[in-house]
Amino acid sequence: MRQIVWLLFCREWRLAWRRPGDLLNPLVFFALVVSLFPLAVGPEPSMLRAMAPGVIWVAALLATLLSLDGLFRSDYEDGSLEQWVLSPHPLALMVLVKVLHHWMMSGLAMVLLAPLFGLMLALPLSSLPVLALTLLLGTPILSLLGAVGAALTVGLKSGGVLLALLILPLYIPVLILGTGAMDAALQGMPVTGFALWLGCLAVLALTLAPIAIAAGLRIGVSE
Amino acid sequence: MKPLPVELDSLACERDQRELFASLSLQLEPGEVLQVAGPNGSGKTSLLRIMAGLLPPSAGDMRYGGESVFSGVGRENWRQQRLYIGHAPAVKGALTAEENLAWLCALSRPVANDHIWQALEQVGLRGFEDVPCHNLSAGQQRRVALARLYLEQHPVWILDEPFTAIDKAGVAALETHILQHAARGGLVIMTTHHGLEHLPGVRCLDLGQVG
Repeated sequence: MRQIVWLLFCREWRLAWRRPGDLLNPLVFFALVVSLFPLAVGPEPSMLRAMAPGVIWVAALLATLLSLDGLFRSDYEDGSLEQWVLSPHPLALMVLVKVLHHWMMSGLAMVLLAPLFGLMLALPLSSLPVLALTLLLGTPILSLLGAVGAALTVGLKSGGVLLALLILPLYIPVLILGTGAMDAALQGMPVTGFALWLGCLAVLALTLAPIAIAAGLRIGVSE
Repeated sequence: MKPLPVELDSLACERDQRELFASLSLQLEPGEVLQVAGPNGSGKTSLLRIMAGLLPPSAGDMRYGGESVFSGVGRENWRQQRLYIGHAPAVKGALTAEENLAWLCALSRPVANDHIWQALEQVGLRGFEDVPCHNLSAGQQRRVALARLYLEQHPVWILDEPFTAIDKAGVAALETHILQHAARGGLVIMTTHHGLEHLPGVRCLDLGQVG
């Protein structure tokens, strides 16, 4: 069991590094959206500070959604997914590894970049750890929920819009909690409550989403 | 692993409200090769996918050694017993032949690299072990997928058009390998438009006549 997890991780790693373009796309998108805002609304620090949590969270959310559309598609098209479904190993475990790997390449990188963008949007230094923490708890939820949609739309030629329609409503609680925590931090109020809620959702997504993803892929493969 | 008989019990398949075949019953003993034939659209691939466990049948049952392969213990056991190689060869272009095989085999049981190299030599890909598969031709990619037949230990093979894009010498080698597997007591179920009449002991199921 441990061996298959490790081998799958190595496989995903190799695939990602041999197509670095796919790896960079969501990050470039994230960076572009965040850096376009100050140009559009003007460099007034108080205004930027008020908008910063929302801008960073919405950019992270859309970047995740964009990158997830193709998460299973190439494996579906070349028949790899059939072999996964047929394997005696639990499919839910394999998709969890795949999604977590994808998160490390996109979500985690965004968590690391976010404080820099926070500074750019005039956020005070004291709020940057909160930004990084809420993104660290929130982006895995975005990846896992998005992967459920990606699994359900895997057989469709262009599932992008459908994926967004399916998944965006589910992203709303994460968005509200994430930006709520940032607003609280900016006003000097405690953020523990928000962080705990995000933690709860992350645990829930980690335990339940892989089962839903596996079920979605089974349906996709049997079409 | 000792092979057991496979039994199809009035299996039926329906796609988009169109019946492809119905009440298909068949008993396959270890050591048999079954060629599923029929015109395009007669349900050959669907039958193979049902047998592999990818597609639920609309009616009927399939048993391996007396246990249904669609539920419970029988399904878990069947997962260990059958090897399915479909139309799409499951070969990743960005990975080398060796990496592809290492992963595909690990899905059932990991194999040593020496064995992978031997298998690649047997399918005529010596010297291509480290080449990313998108640099290989269609036939060579198919050979990478078929190298699994030399590596894995499954008693039952389910092969969908294994000869696609393979040259004459490759087809002959593969036919020999399939007959050897059957001679060892294995079971092979395959579709192909390539005639297998010249091979001894190949059973043919014509779906064009069943439906």
